[in-house]
Parts: sequence; structure tokens; C-alpha cells
Amino acid sequence: MDAEDVRRATWRMAHEIVERNPDPSQLAIIGLQTGGVWLAERLARIVGEVTGGDVEMGTLDVAFYRDDIGLRPVLPEAATHIPVDLTGTTVVLVDDVLFTGRTIRAALNALGDYGRARAVQLAVMVDRGHRELPIRPDYVGKNLPTRRDEMVDATEEGVVIGDVQVP
Amino acid sequence: MTATQQAEKRTDATGAPRHLLAIDDLGPEGIGEVMRLTDSFVEVSRRPIPKVPALRGKTVASLFFEDSTRTRLSFETAARRLSADVMTFSAGSSSLSKGESLRDTVLTVEAMGVDAMVVRHSAAGVPTQVAGWVRGASVVNAGDGWHEHPTQALLDCYTIGRRKGGLEGLRIAIVGDVRHSRVARSCVTAFAGLGAHVTLVSPPTLLPASLAGWPVEVSHDFDSVLPKLDVVYLLRLQKERMTEALLPSLREYTATYGLTRRRAELLAPGAIVMHPGPVNRGVEVAAEVVDMDVSAVTEQVANGVAVRMAVLYLLLGSGVDLASA
Amino acid sequence: MVLKGGRVVDATGSRPADVLVQDGEIVSVTAKVSAVPPGTVVLDAGGCVVAPGLVDLHAHLRQPGNEEAETVETGSRAAALGGYTAVVAMPNTDPPIDTAAAVREVLDLGEEACCDVRPAGAITVGRRGEKLAPLAEMAGMGVRIFTDDGSGVQDARIMRRAMEYATALGVTLAEHCEDASLAGGGHMHEGEWSSRLGIAGQPAEAEELMVMRDLALARLTGCRLHFLHLSTAGSLAMVSGAKASGLDVTVEVTPHHFTLTDACVASYDPLFKVNPPLRTEADVAAVRSALSDGAVDAIATDHAPHTQESKEMPFQEAPPGMLGLETALGLALTELALPLERVLALMSWQPARIAGLASDHGGPVEPGRPANLCVIDPDARWVVDPAASASRSRNNPYGGRRLTGRVRHTLLRGEPVVVDGEAQR
Repeated sequence: MDAEDVRRATWRMAHEIVERNPDPSQLAIIGLQTGGVWLAERLARIVGEVTGGDVEMGTLDVAFYRDDIGLRPVLPEAATHIPVDLTGTTVVLVDDVLFTGRTIRAALNALGDYGRARAVQLAVMVDRGHRELPIRPDYVGKNLPTRRDEMVDATEEGVVIGDVQVP
Repeated sequence: MTATQQAEKRTDATGAPRHLLAIDDLGPEGIGEVMRLTDSFVEVSRRPIPKVPALRGKTVASLFFEDSTRTRLSFETAARRLSADVMTFSAGSSSLSKGESLRDTVLTVEAMGVDAMVVRHSAAGVPTQVAGWVRGASVVNAGDGWHEHPTQALLDCYTIGRRKGGLEGLRIAIVGDVRHSRVARSCVTAFAGLGAHVTLVSPPTLLPASLAGWPVEVSHDFDSVLPKLDVVYLLRLQKERMTEALLPSLREYTATYGLTRRRAELLAPGAIVMHPGPVNRGVEVAAEVVDMDVSAVTEQVANGVAVRMAVLYLLLGSGVDLASA
Repeated sequence: MVLKGGRVVDATGSRPADVLVQDGEIVSVTAKVSAVPPGTVVLDAGGCVVAPGLVDLHAHLRQPGNEEAETVETGSRAAALGGYTAVVAMPNTDPPIDTAAAVREVLDLGEEACCDVRPAGAITVGRRGEKLAPLAEMAGMGVRIFTDDGSGVQDARIMRRAMEYATALGVTLAEHCEDASLAGGGHMHEGEWSSRLGIAGQPAEAEELMVMRDLALARLTGCRLHFLHLSTAGSLAMVSGAKASGLDVTVEVTPHHFTLTDACVASYDPLFKVNPPLRTEADVAAVRSALSDGAVDAIATDHAPHTQESKEMPFQEAPPGMLGLETALGLALTELALPLERVLALMSWQPARIAGLASDHGGPVEPGRPANLCVIDPDARWVVDPAASASRSRNNPYGGRRLTGRVRHTLLRGEPVVVDGEAQR
């Protein structure tokens, strides 16, 4: 996908979010650090434009909820900033790439500590398959089948698939 | 050559540091890592549910041979907020008997299935000895005699960082009984390691016998040093020092080295006052000065839990090799 | 018995010779004994040095009172394995050796020992430094050295009186130089390391002040004085100067004070806690240099056993002291760049003279003399293993150290108490 493809997919996803969640005051769009933040910002902006209101946006670092702590170096990369009590809100979790599903599971655990959300939906730019947990996205930019050892990079500039660097 | 370079097996299989016995175990990069982690844990502490599952399934034991309810609770709260389980062994209870060999006590505790031991003792070197005896547990020094109190220095660095944006180039004076202070030893290493200029302000009898190799200047004239300082770090003066012929009287000490109301007015704008606690109001500092805006004492206490969460996470959870951080 | 194929070294010189021993005495010392009477036990001394047995001026055998750490029997066995045929037992036992009866008790315990055990007597009653102990009574039992070791005599007046009194008895007073008020309960040497490690230290001056005082008192009274375990450059310089001016004083140093420094305490391992404490590199250099230029008269072990539990305490709570009998010779041969003859002078005949044992110990190796001998293999390479010790205690700071030079056999009054490095009883 190039930058134009990404822009169009973002626009489409934002409209799908509005379609499903007509009242923006009930929404909170939370971007996962660090890959999902740019997408969350764009979605929040477009949803706000479309509905004519302001939608809450936040960021979440799930380092402390990961299930591989102690197996490899795990350090938080950036801030967690959740501006509102999430009780009764519909949260749209946003990430750049959906892979095994473990990051999203960690995010669901983390969200639980901020209040009891009414619902949690998931938006990702790329679904690359290879799920290890029963997690499925609600809004997808593009489905991209990949090999397990490939690396997928999804940003505003586009989506790129590369080989894993062998040390 | 530092004391802790003698301890064997300093890192585990993933390259994480195994123990925190002295500030030197971290180095400036390691201190920076702890500072960054502390930011995350400060945020965790502000949540409605101030808890993360990061150390779930791990057990942290506090072995407080020397009583200190405040420090012990700070560590135990930190462990609980990381979802670790906590075991308490304190001097007050019968669980630490005086006659038993120290080594036997430690191995017994470890055998109960403990991942980390937080050790405080009135004798210098005990955490280092403990680290030499345990087979797999991590050891955190919560204060050993006059030697070191690394987590105190870390929370002090964090507090200064929040107030002043960083330590590089800051002029810091550590005032008082340096000779008998583990906080002073840790802070000198930490502050100087992060680029601050450290001056010790103290009567000669309260300085260590030798300052060779210490990255400090010395002054016996508090008034002349005061106006140039960014941070005044006051140490607690114990009354026993009078009976040891180190000082003639508390009054003379306060007159020459106390941060009185008069001296507080000599402070430059933006300067802050710190103290590791508990404060002897009227001795090392005038009562009203502690409550002024210039004092960062309550922030020090507040930051303690988050800093200790960072330390526990680094030793037990993160798998990070600080040497390359 | 014959010690065959070795080189005899004593104060008179060095020569290859076989030594024939009978009924506890040396019978002949000749090159290559050809005809050996039937039934003679032959101990191989090929490639080895046959020397007068070593004499330790300073060992703590802990009996009576602290048998858990050591007994006269186990301590003397360790001594024999280290090449010693005589050991001066320090009087800081419980009860202390401050009466004739206490001397008798230790002498009796020593009857069956693997080396000659000669008790030293305390200078003051109970070693408390207040009142003179019955020195004449104890001298009548054969005691030649008196000391309050474990502490120094703090009161100058008491030490002066003791010295004056002792001049009539022809005995030697030995001092553990430590001014308690200046030492102030310090657990290690006061200096760079104690400041860094946060452990209360005692300055070199705590030892030197008492050295200075006792030299002045010795000059005043004419008493023969021996300095136990001197450890600082300052102390050695002062005594050296006093000797040069003709004063009758002698000096011993320990192996740990010429091999270890206060940097060892960085591990906080109480194995390195000792009194006087391990000092700086400059002090260690001064001790080595005093050993080679003759300012020091003897190497003594200050063998100080402590139970394992007592050394598994925090550093400042543990008792001071390290083992030494089994490692002293190896350390001296490996670490000091001195000829073997000089090491033997420092460990055999010079201490024998100071202890008043020269008639039985310290050689020379010649017919008619008691057969108190050790056979040393100067090229034997070995690694110190604290677990393999005859001592009841394990507080040996040299575990894992590689040494060259080891005792092969030890003869006590003609009896082989150590053969091929194994104690025979």
C-alpha cells in the first residue's frame, strides 16, 4: 500500500466507525504505543469532522501487561494517557498491524483498569494473519497474508513488507 | 574498584542485573533507565486501579533487620502494585532471631520460594554478603549501615529531575553528617554520575576519614556556599553524635550548619531543599522551612513507591541488560 | 630413622646430608649414609630441605574455653602439618593463662600434642590491665613470654611496672599494640577503603602510639620487649630506629600482613577481619622490605580459629582473626623474594631464640641435638583448600591460592608426626 492507499483506507475506516457508533460523545479512540498512535489521531480527527463533534483520544502503552515479561527485554516505550473514565464508553482500540493478537489481549487487560467499558472495538490498518488467540478486528484497512518470518511496517507513508533481519 | 564488583554473577541469563547493592551497579545509563521507568509507574500510581500485572507470580520478601516502617511499606506497596506477592520478615517480630547465623536465615527465606529480597540492616555490607549466599534470588539494598541506600538516591534524582529538568551542571550541596550517612554515599555517586557538581558541607569530624577518589568539593562555610546552590540536600543529625565527641552541642551545629530561617532567605530563586527524612525540625532545618514551597521533601516521599516499582521491575521483569541500555 | 637424600639447611649453612635419628636425638649428619642399621625407618628427603622445625611465636589454641573453634590437639596437628615443632600458645583463653595452675593445665594438654606447646602467660590478671599477674610463679613453670595479647596494656603505669618486675625474671614481655581509645572499636584499617565501604576504622596511629610508648618504657626499664604482629610502615620504622640505637627489642609480622590489604574487605567477607587490621599497599610493601633488610626478626602466624557460624555474621559483628599454621611457610616461600635460608631464619632459629627455646628447637642440625626437624619440598606446587585442614575451624582467607613450597615430613623429638603431608596421629 502506498500513502494514498493508506489515506483512503483511513477515511473508509473512520466512516465505518461512525456508522456503527453514531454518537461521538460515547466514543474513546485509544491508540496503542507506539505504532497505533498516528492512526488513532487521524481516525479521531476524521470522526470528529464527520460528526461535527469532539471525540476523546488517548494513548496506551501495554508493556506491563505483556505475557512475555521476563522472557525478553520489555520496557515501556512511551506514555499512557487516558483522559477519561472509560466506564460506559465504547472504546475503539487502534493499532497499526494485527498479528498474533497478544498485544491486543494485553491492551484489553490494561483497559480494564480504567473502568468498565460498554464495548471495545478494534481498528487496525493491516491484518497480517497468524493469530494465536481468539481476537478479531472490527475495522481493517487491508488484509495482507504474510509469512511468519516477514516484517510488516505500516505508517502514514504506506505499508511495506520486508524480511526479518538475521543477526 | 567498587565493593559490588566483588559480588559474583551480576547478571542473569537474559542479561538483566541481578542485584541492586549500590548505585554503582547501575551507572549513569542505568539510572537514566530507572528514571524513564519511574515516569511510567508514576502514571500507573495515578490510575483508579494503581496496579499492573507485570510481576504476577513473583514473590518479594522484605528482610528488615533494622526497623523502618516507612521504607518497608514503600517497597511492599511497590511490589503489590506490580502484582507480586509479599513476605515480611522484620526485626520486631520473632521471624528474624538474633542468634541464628545470617547465612542460615537467608537460605531459609530463599527456600520458601522467593524471587527478590529487599534487605535492610544496621551493619554495612550485609546485602552484599546476602547476594553472595543466595542461589537465584535478586537482592535489593534498602539501606546497610553507613554504606549505601541506592533507592533513596534514585528517588532523589527523580525528584530533582522533575523540579529542575535534569541534574547536568546543577550545584548540589550535601549538608551534615556525611561520615555516618549511607544516603550521602549513594547520592554523591548518583548526583556526580549524572553530571552535577557536588559539595559536602560539614564539620571536619562528620566527614569520612578519607575523601580520596570522591567526586566532591568540601566546604566548612555553609553561608558562602548557599547562594550559589540549586539544591540543598540536608542530612539527619543523630543526637548520639554528641556523646561520641564529634560535636560540642546541637546548638552549635544548628548555628553553623543548620538551614535556619535566615539562611533560607539566602537561597537563590529556584533553589530547592531536600531531606531523606525523618526530619529533626529545629536541628538541621528550621520547622517552617520544611513546609515552604522551596522544600521538596513531600515529593521525595511520594516518588518513593514509583521509583521502587521501577527497580523491582528492572530486576525481576524487564530482562534488560543495563550495560547496553 | 634416617632422613635420606636431602639438603640440610640451618643457621650454620647448607650441605647435602642424610640425617640419622635415634631415641629422639640426632645421631649423625653425613653425606650419603651407606650402611643403615636393620629396622631403620627411611624417610625420603630427595629434592627436599631438612631444616630445624619451625617455631611459631604466636598461636591461639583456644583451649580451655573455646574448644568448638580449636583444641590444643587439633591446633598442634595443624602446626605439625605446617612444619612447626614448637608453638607459643597465647593466654587469652577462658579462663586466661594468668596463674601457675592455668599454665599447668595447658602444659598437660600439650603432653600428647603433635608439637611442643609452650604457654605464654598474661601480664595482668584476667588480661584486664589493672593488676600484675603472678609472673614469677608462671616463670617458675617455664613460661618465658608474657603478653595480654588480644589487647594491649592500656595503662602506661601498669606496663612500666610489669617491665620493671620482669627484668628480674629474665623473661620477655610481648605487646599487642592497640590504643583502645584511638582504635575506638574500628573494624578495619581507617583510610580510603573504610570510608568508601562505610565501616568504622582504626587509624595506623592506634598501633603506632603504643609502639612509641613501649619503646620509651623499654628504654626506661631495660626490659626485653617483643612486638607482636606489627602491621604499619610507621611502627616498623620506629622499631628499626630503636634497634639501631641498641635497644633489646624484637619484632614479628604475620603472613597476612605481607600478603593482603584493606582492599580485600570490599567483599565484606569477615574472613578478612583481623586485629591489627589488613593495611594499605604501602604498609604491605614496608613489611616485605623490613623482612628482607633484617628489621623484622620473625614471622609468626597469629593463628586465630573461629567457628564457621561466627564468621557468617555481618562484618562489624564478626570476631577478628584468621587461620595461619598450615599456610605460613608456603606463603613465605611463594610471596617473599627471599632465599630459603632467610625464610628459615625468620621461621625457625630466630623465633626459637626469642621464645627461649633455642636449646631444643631451631637447630643447628648436628649430633646431640633433639630431633625436632621438618623436611620441606621447596618445589611442591599446591592449592590452598580450606576444607582440607586439621584445624577445627575454616576461617582461612587463602582458599584457592596457588603456593610453591610445602612441608613433607615433620619430626617431633624423633617421632614422625607428619609423613608425606599426612598427620600420623
